[in-house]
Amino acid sequence: MTTIAELPPGFADKVLSAQSTFRSVMDAMARPGSVQRIVPMAGAPDTMMRGTAAIALTLFDHDTPLWLEARMAESSDVVKWLKFHTGAPVVQDCSIASFALISDGAALPPLERFALGTSEYPDRSTTLIIQVESLVSGRGFELRGPGIDGVATLQASVKPFDLFERLHINEALFPRGIDVVLVADDAVVAIPRTTRVVSKGS
Amino acid sequence: MNAPAYNFAYLDEQTKRMIRRAILKAIAIPGYQVPFASREMPMPYGWGTGGVQVTAAILGPQDVLKVIDQGSDDTTNAISIRKFFAKTAGVATTTATDEATVVQTRHRIPETALNANQVLVYQVPIPEPLRFLEPRETETRRMHALAEYGLMHVKLYEDIARFGHIATAYAYPVKVNARYVMDPSPTPKFDNPKMDNCPALQLFGAGREKRIYAIPPYTQVVSLDFEDHPFEPYRFNAPCALCGAENSYLDEIVTDDKGGRMFVCSDTDYCEGRQAAGHHGALSAAPYKEKAQEASNG
Repeated sequence: MTTIAELPPGFADKVLSAQSTFRSVMDAMARPGSVQRIVPMAGAPDTMMRGTAAIALTLFDHDTPLWLEARMAESSDVVKWLKFHTGAPVVQDCSIASFALISDGAALPPLERFALGTSEYPDRSTTLIIQVESLVSGRGFELRGPGIDGVATLQASVKPFDLFERLHINEALFPRGIDVVLVADDAVVAIPRTTRVVSKGS
Repeated sequence: MNAPAYNFAYLDEQTKRMIRRAILKAIAIPGYQVPFASREMPMPYGWGTGGVQVTAAILGPQDVLKVIDQGSDDTTNAISIRKFFAKTAGVATTTATDEATVVQTRHRIPETALNANQVLVYQVPIPEPLRFLEPRETETRRMHALAEYGLMHVKLYEDIARFGHIATAYAYPVKVNARYVMDPSPTPKFDNPKMDNCPALQLFGAGREKRIYAIPPYTQVVSLDFEDHPFEPYRFNAPCALCGAENSYLDEIVTDDKGGRMFVCSDTDYCEGRQAAGHHGALSAAPYKEKAQEASNG
């Protein structure tokens, strides 16, 4: 049983750390495929990477229903830490979640189950935050779309292996769709719904 | 202790989180207006409360802020917003476009090309381009959902039928990433081409109307037009009277009550930069003329 005193801490400087983390995430979202670093450090519980923890502290609050993938939901440390530091309600139904945290990509549910937004309000969709092995090495991908000057390349080792194929649903759904933030330790890459990703050489 | 204690950049952290989430969605859906819970700011609506809230949500201590109002760094609105952030966030401010990391603007895009390390924040009065054609929010929202923009083309066509050309000179509608029709805020249509494929991130905040929208970098932005009436940027057919620029957007300044007028760059930083570099126009101030003469003499 962890008491609150034993929980890993949040940001040392709430205001400026959140600002710096947000700018990294904003730059990642505005320039899909670019690897941004999250500088400010917060304590991260259990299966949560430090980048994920910083994003949680920056973007989550009582207005953002949160869905946790099983391995995170089972960890009472993660749930307690999120509850104490962000106050975000954890929901079981991923179709009403603002954010979804996924530590084990293999357990990612079909993307259609998340909130995709509506045609009138495409912004009412779930943003997936997926922890991956690496964003600097692994398979090569080519990205095209708004925010990218021509083609961007990304080397990443992600699970599920077919994540980017699955994200092709965004093409037909647009302007509805799923935005993804990939986190590997302190590195962040965003794949907004407008980005088209193909494997290099395919 | 009566001294007011503000949070960094004035807004409280919960508000910043809400605005930051809206900004991320706006970037992910280029041109789509994301509703947000706009706050009361210590300045009236119409003074850029939307832009101020967006700037407050992104601004950090490392940033260098520039604020322009109709291209000018030294009008009341620009100065008061610049001082607001100098006071509440302690950020460095500048009037030089190329030194700024965040540029908040009311109705102009700087003449100096923006780069990838900059964010341009627009103050927007009416974010909905279809609002004057269809007053009901439920209907305009449906029209955006269906990408049903015929009405906007009818409006432009009516311009042609009445005046022989598209007479819309500012807030000229654009289509972003071949999907959403967007109001670029009341910038002169001269500035529209600068939005296309721009290396800088462009964020738009409408405080009274409670909307945030965005154009990511390197995104296609097309001004609406017709094959036989293509889009044409407009500028007065004159060089700047102070710096002689032939390709900048000009303000017309009435100089007397006998019909006298002069045309000067609306972008004061651009104009001053050119004058300092030795360019001069027909009505340049003396020191610059002397400088230019010295340069040509010797």
